[in-house]
Amino acid sequence: MFDLTGKNALITGASGGIGGAIARALHGAGASVVLSGTRVEPLQALADELGERAHVLTCNLSDMAAVEALPKQAAEVLGSVDILVNNAGITRDNLFMRMSDDEWQSVIDVNLTATMKLCKGVLRGMMKARWGRIVNISSVVGAIGNPGQGNYAASKAGVIGMSKALAYEVASRGITVNAVAPGFITTAMTDKLTDEQKTGLLAQVPAGRMGTPEEIAAAVLYLASAEAAYVTGATLHVNGGMAML
Amino acid sequence: MSDVADRVKKIVVEHLGVEEDKVTENASFIDDLGADSLDTVELVMAFEEEFGIEIPDDAAETIQTFGDAVKFITEAS
Repeated sequence: MFDLTGKNALITGASGGIGGAIARALHGAGASVVLSGTRVEPLQALADELGERAHVLTCNLSDMAAVEALPKQAAEVLGSVDILVNNAGITRDNLFMRMSDDEWQSVIDVNLTATMKLCKGVLRGMMKARWGRIVNISSVVGAIGNPGQGNYAASKAGVIGMSKALAYEVASRGITVNAVAPGFITTAMTDKLTDEQKTGLLAQVPAGRMGTPEEIAAAVLYLASAEAAYVTGATLHVNGGMAML
Repeated sequence: MSDVADRVKKIVVEHLGVEEDKVTENASFIDDLGADSLDTVELVMAFEEEFGIEIPDDAAETIQTFGDAVKFITEAS
């Protein structure tokens, strides 16, 4: 089950905890992968760990010219992009009353606009191939909100709506577009939380623990597989029961 | 018929699965040849590759009929 042999995947934010786990899962299922991110050292370390079928392309997703170039570069390296995982994301938290235009815009640019441009950039090849998988990483915050994250919540809710609209348009071409919405996962992003904050958060999680990057990667692997061909426009919530949507 | 028209017709026939004699000068891809909006996007992609040209989005929207396509491509290439 979930054999991705011969498929080529582009994963953004692959230097992060969840992105790295997604890359390992897709690669482990036989896919060739392009690991994209801003920091070359962790990307190269991951590529070295994976060995064959792993390539590194650095890209700053706040640089829209670089974003538009990335799908072409990935297709040159891999031959095609059959699977796109838009995992990269940033936070710039602030209370809504204090949030600057720059804090708002930078999060929307990277989390939503870059995601849109990367989807657009891979569609031509997928339409010709009559096969494609796009998995956009959203967040539980996009569904239920979170204080201090008006920008992040808007971007992640935007990803869900955009994925559904695109899923409609390309379903007839064998391309599925889905979202995965992680809850609280142990990563560098959540390491920044204080113990007090973590205790408060875990009280809202019926599973009683934070999730692991591998548990997100497993959801992505499913949606990227041939077996998930009839699943499109869906949001798969992986959150330990924190929000049963 | 010009070489461009022949090549455009071949793409239209193959892509939309229509009879060659239906592809006339004023045949609308959507109204007469059964294309959906995504088919028209794919046709433009195919024209770009066949003729090695770039068709910008705003120009692509004006290509509604077989004749439009031949005219645009003849002028662009």
